[in-house]
Amino acid sequence: MATSVINTYADPSMPEWMSAAHSTGTSIMACEFAGGVVIGADSRTTTGAYIANRVTDKLTKITDHIYCCRSGSAADTQAISDIVSYHLMPIGGMVQRQAVSIGGSGSTYVYGYVDANFKPNMSKDEAVKFVTNTLALAMLRDGSSGGVVRLGVITEKGVERSVILGDQLPKFYEG
Amino acid sequence: MASVLAPEIPAPGFSFENFQRNAFLEQKGFPAPKATKTGTTIVGIIYADGVILGADTRATENTIVSDKNCEKIHYLAGNMYCCGAGTAADTEMTTATVASQLELQRLHTGRTVPVSTAATLLKRMLFRYQGHIGAALVLGGVDRTGPHIYCIYPHGSVDKLPYATMGSGSLAAMSVFESGWKPKMSEEEGKKLVRDAIAAGIFNDLGSGSNVDLCVIRNSGPAQYLRTFEEANVKGKKQGSYRYAAGTTAVLKQRVIPLTVESVAVHRVQPMEM
Repeated sequence: MATSVINTYADPSMPEWMSAAHSTGTSIMACEFAGGVVIGADSRTTTGAYIANRVTDKLTKITDHIYCCRSGSAADTQAISDIVSYHLMPIGGMVQRQAVSIGGSGSTYVYGYVDANFKPNMSKDEAVKFVTNTLALAMLRDGSSGGVVRLGVITEKGVERSVILGDQLPKFYEG
Repeated sequence: MASVLAPEIPAPGFSFENFQRNAFLEQKGFPAPKATKTGTTIVGIIYADGVILGADTRATENTIVSDKNCEKIHYLAGNMYCCGAGTAADTEMTTATVASQLELQRLHTGRTVPVSTAATLLKRMLFRYQGHIGAALVLGGVDRTGPHIYCIYPHGSVDKLPYATMGSGSLAAMSVFESGWKPKMSEEEGKKLVRDAIAAGIFNDLGSGSNVDLCVIRNSGPAQYLRTFEEANVKGKKQGSYRYAAGTTAVLKQRVIPLTVESVAVHRVQPMEM
């Protein structure tokens, strides 16, 4: 998602990133497995080149069993999830059912990895590993993504949230 | 139809009816005056027993310092204060409007209003105006669930953080927090850290300056507003004086020219008819 820079105020004491729209240049993901869904996201929120929040929670609760992953303008996505969780109905836009989905600016780097490694009916542990790997790869290549990986495992029992800190992420080729 | 008995209800929100006229005038060389922006350093942290907010006191109009000691920590409720950066008028009016709504809510429910309520009211108001209200806020307060710090941006997005900075000096202040903040700090440690963060803004950011204001909100007891907690820029004493002692300049010669009075006349002045 591109950051829309609206430099309304040409004021030398106010740098560009103050008036720029706040955006989550993001890596987000959701993946079906045998007993439910694994969702995941990075934790970086940027205003221009500045990281406004390095521990953002982009996995937003709609109901006990429905979560959404947010990418794009922070203000817009927060407003939409607030409205939807109040009304509990889709606002519009394109909706597509998929067994696995990735999104945000970082997703373009890992389409190949997802296509090569997704299997239907994985176990919970397999799905968690798959989502973690995908997000870690996306975060390494995309400058607008980074921080920690936040995960959510949604089953009929509810949601199980977890965090993988930056130094505990899986390691890949770093050449 | 509008009449005296049933006047037309004015449309809510901003009016853009003069936009074209103003654009035309600007093109002809008559630009509109700029709003006062508080190029600012504002911060907030959570410590062991509540929250501490901090702000500098410089207000600017472009490169001119228009107020050397302004107040940027605004009252919202007994348990909540809010630091404002951005357009001074917008931060002032936004916080005042929300403060009034929070007081009504408190009287209606008979309870201390939660900090999340203030965050929601502020973000809804800012989102509605799509960033045209130039208010960047650090909201801090305590309620029955504990201490809270929120960052609220002009476009209406909200971050909930244990320590936050905003304004043009936010990078300088954040560098102090990132190296010095720890969970469960004492009040003295907390006040020192917030002072250091604001001082970093005052000394390293052109948009910030003058004094440090603090506000300590404890989990128990009333909020403590520490106006001018520290004067970061004390004016130095002038080392010398430019006043010359009488007689410093030598009198070389003196000449007296007497005025001769030729005639004296008195005119009566008639008061003016109103």
